[in-house]
Amino acid sequence: MITVEGKVVLLGSQGVGKTSMINRYVNKSFNNNVNPTIGAAFFTCTINLDNAKVKFQVWDTAGQERFKSMAPMYYRNANAAFLVFDITEYNTFTSVKSWVTELKRNVEGTMVLILVGNKLDLADMRKVDSEECRKYAESIGASYYEISVLHDEGVEQVFLAASFGLLKLSTGEKDIVTTLKIYDFNNSEIKNSDVPLSEEVLVNMNIAHGIKEKPYLCC
Amino acid sequence: MATKDSASATTSSASGSTATATATATATSLRVEDVTVESGIEPGASAETMLVTTDSLEEFEQELSSSIDDRQMKESITSTISDIQQDPVDSPKTLAMNLEKSASFDSNEIDELSQQFGQNSLDADPLKCKVWLAQKKHVFVLSQAGKPIYSRYSSEDKLVTVMGVMQALVSFVQAGNDMIRSVHAGDTNFVFVVRGPLILVSVSKTLESVPQLVLQLTYVYNQILSVLSQSQLTKVYEQRRNFDLRRLLTGSERLIDHLLNFMDREPAFFLSAVKCLPLLPSMRDAITQTIVQTCSKIKNLVFAILLANNQLITLVRMKKFCIHPADLHLIQNLVDSSESFKTAESWTPICLPKFDSNGFMYSHVSYLAEDCQACLLLLTVDRDVFFTLSEAKQKIVEKLRRTNCLEAINESMNKASITIAEIGLSEMRHVLYKCKSTAQFWSPGFQPPYTTDEEIQRLLGCYQCLHHRLHSPSRPLKLIFQQLDKETMLAWVTSGFELYVTFEPLITKTDAINSIGKLLKWIKKEEERLFILNSPTF
Repeated sequence: MITVEGKVVLLGSQGVGKTSMINRYVNKSFNNNVNPTIGAAFFTCTINLDNAKVKFQVWDTAGQERFKSMAPMYYRNANAAFLVFDITEYNTFTSVKSWVTELKRNVEGTMVLILVGNKLDLADMRKVDSEECRKYAESIGASYYEISVLHDEGVEQVFLAASFGLLKLSTGEKDIVTTLKIYDFNNSEIKNSDVPLSEEVLVNMNIAHGIKEKPYLCC
Repeated sequence: MATKDSASATTSSASGSTATATATATATSLRVEDVTVESGIEPGASAETMLVTTDSLEEFEQELSSSIDDRQMKESITSTISDIQQDPVDSPKTLAMNLEKSASFDSNEIDELSQQFGQNSLDADPLKCKVWLAQKKHVFVLSQAGKPIYSRYSSEDKLVTVMGVMQALVSFVQAGNDMIRSVHAGDTNFVFVVRGPLILVSVSKTLESVPQLVLQLTYVYNQILSVLSQSQLTKVYEQRRNFDLRRLLTGSERLIDHLLNFMDREPAFFLSAVKCLPLLPSMRDAITQTIVQTCSKIKNLVFAILLANNQLITLVRMKKFCIHPADLHLIQNLVDSSESFKTAESWTPICLPKFDSNGFMYSHVSYLAEDCQACLLLLTVDRDVFFTLSEAKQKIVEKLRRTNCLEAINESMNKASITIAEIGLSEMRHVLYKCKSTAQFWSPGFQPPYTTDEEIQRLLGCYQCLHHRLHSPSRPLKLIFQQLDKETMLAWVTSGFELYVTFEPLITKTDAINSIGKLLKWIKKEEERLFILNSPTF
């Protein structure tokens, strides 16, 4: 049983449902009048898989234009990105593409990319073609999901996919060492803690006074 | 727009007489000495304060005394934030980057769109809508180029023409090297404030005075600065005079909406003071010490602010820096209008215009716990310390829980405010007490007849009138005793405090003076619970 902890960033235009999505997943709730996020909000959640535990540190960023210059703060060192758009607004899909370009340009480490089309409940007003998204996702090496946060459809799968992605990143290291740079959370942990790669340390990243016991090598 | 009949315009070069000709105050020959307060020991007074103490009309005075050039000079002085930041080379660079990014988009599209909207919606003209016209107080924000930015009621792009008229009025008077201040037509006051690249207009049928409306507009302007910062605001308009600012403000309209409603029901704004959550002094000290001890090692932490029910529990500050009540009000507005802070830890950039109008501070915002809905804000100038602060917050909460402080906070939050009747002052109904030296105020809970929203609004309106008369620029007063239809009111300003009291309508002056003496004694006795008398630093 291993534990993987990763930093995840939610990116996308304003009003596509980033905050609603994370709230749906973490707090199991949906608020009709969610306020626009100011700056960013931080969430943590854990997914238990068959033989692993995946912990997410999620940065839910603000979609407004004026916060754009803050984004690098959140995607730097991120291990996964949820790129969220609204299937009823084509320009939100376009802005997802520009986020991807920005990520490719500025992020060194390998990142799990997950393209999320939200508001499936408004499918009759759809402006973004599924096939186009699927092809685009394929071209950037992302997986693609269409979800409805309102009806709680597909949200679990998105997070599950992310956790599998992170797990693959953490275990696949040996075979694809050349293409896959060592994930950032491990890097920074080694620097910070000066102990061998230890899941326990990763787990306790937030609580620096946490116990550091039985260093465990995952690879 | 302005009706011609009986309209009088006041400009800065005019004699400055305000329209309220009825303001001959009924100051009486009350003998203040009769009231038993020894001088120098005003309740709640303290030599130390974490708040900048101000006269609530400073904005207005500044507005009157300064020409346009003057003001722009004042607004672009040095940056407090980069003073604090240890790395002076880094900060201007990041700021410049912010600006480049924000200004690098093409706003043609949006501009065209907004124009189309304006034309399409002429059929739904709010100016023909009775409900819209009947609103008591409208607030509009537009750019110097006349572009709509904000309207309190109805969408601003339906008001292109009206805002055009406002812009025309302002620039017409400006052309004569003058500034339009206000227009008075019947029971309506049109108040104009020109700040930086923006024009702010209030159209009010309330009894609020021009200086009070100017103060409110200044708050709206500061709210916009708090979102964008002065330098960014100036910059976008330097690059493009007819920029559509709504693009940068999306999502913050609700902050302005909330602020305007907040100002209509909170005396804190016109008093320029802050209310504290009543707590046993030992508990408050324990909370403060917990924060000080946990955070003392964190570099660049400027303020730690703990709020509950819009009241201050404690405020710890970096040595040398104080917070202005106006900045604290913006923070309270932010917290009160953002439910989403309750669900997650937030990392929120905020510009505090009085502290440093050109830079952003970063604020770790979170509620203490599910079972203790007090909101802790840790403000720093360092954008990379979220996790340090997050960890500090966890420690603070753990310690507060161990020492039963969370319980104490909850208890005070859940308890209804004490009323004047409970204090035992029979002919008194309500009071506002502001201690000048600490910029804090206290007020009891509302008791009958002030139990409906309408009555509370009316009462606050009366206080505002009294406040205006005490501070009227042309004829300030020290003491007002006024018998009205439904109540008798007394307002009294000394070097140490401001007091506004509501009595039964038929009270005699002697009884009023006696009960004020009792009230002041009671406040003095309770001052340690009601006010924060020290000013802790990290």
